[in-house]
Amino acid sequence: MSDRELPDSGPAAPPRANGELVFEQPWESRAFGMAVALHEQGLFAWDAFREQLIAEIADWERAHPGAVTAEAGYRYYDRWLAALEKLLAGTGICPKADLDERASAYAARPHGHDH
Amino acid sequence: MSHRDHHDHTHSEQALRTEALESLLVEKGVLQAALIDAVVSRYEHDVGPMLGARAVARAWVDAEFKQLLLRDAKGAFRELGIETVEDARVVVAENTPQVHNVVVCTLCSCYPWAVLGLPPTWYKEPAYRSRVVREPRAVLREFGLGLPESTEVRVWDSSAEVRYLVLPQRPNGSQGLSQEELAGLVTRDSMIGTALPAAPGEQAGA
Repeated sequence: MSDRELPDSGPAAPPRANGELVFEQPWESRAFGMAVALHEQGLFAWDAFREQLIAEIADWERAHPGAVTAEAGYRYYDRWLAALEKLLAGTGICPKADLDERASAYAARPHGHDH
Repeated sequence: MSHRDHHDHTHSEQALRTEALESLLVEKGVLQAALIDAVVSRYEHDVGPMLGARAVARAWVDAEFKQLLLRDAKGAFRELGIETVEDARVVVAENTPQVHNVVVCTLCSCYPWAVLGLPPTWYKEPAYRSRVVREPRAVLREFGLGLPESTEVRVWDSSAEVRYLVLPQRPNGSQGLSQEELAGLVTRDSMIGTALPAAPGEQAGA
């Protein structure tokens, strides 16, 4: 069974409890918290982020026509992170080249230091 | 399974980029890690559907509050001590014997965070977002909610300006319950519109 059931997978599929895990991966909570905290610090209007998020989701859906299941690889927080990266690059707060370089440096760390 | 491997690989890539982004923002003095911690903790612990449930339960027992909730939802939340930081207006859609309301955000994931917390995964998935508008009755049936043909289904599409909360009908047999006990019947999904409140005796949110 997939760990990401959809509403159309049967009655037991959608989590009914209010206690659903809010984030599936630790990085998702950091990406979420960064966007909200940056907005609350006044670095961008929430609508600017929302517009970028809508664009990222629409791009993914165009690239995967008809794919409406998680099995097609749709990950909401992937879109969220992409939107945040682009917004911060576009506003000059964090250029893409800086981020790419830092991420590569982290990727090159020896195992055991990659969390 | 290659499917999982692929996902794990993607995850570690995203995790690296997120970590890199955070470290750069902190270095640039744009953000402190503690602020991110505070936001995450707020949405993991303090804000959630129990807030919306309190407003619904109060509306069930207090006609004046219900009118306020329907007219000026943010004002009603303030009366309960619930602060809404979002700019968006909140509209409460009332279920009646004739009308059932259900909420979606077709474009992304807009949701009344202040009273429901963060949306469940399925709310953000393409399947729900696209299908509930086209075939709401079928989607609701899959959630286990069969509605009579005579019930009109209204689908509310969230936007930057407006977020929606469903005011479900008070369950039969709930006379005599305290406001707190009533709030215990109000599930998250009943305020999205994909379920009805729990029946008295059933435990909601368990």
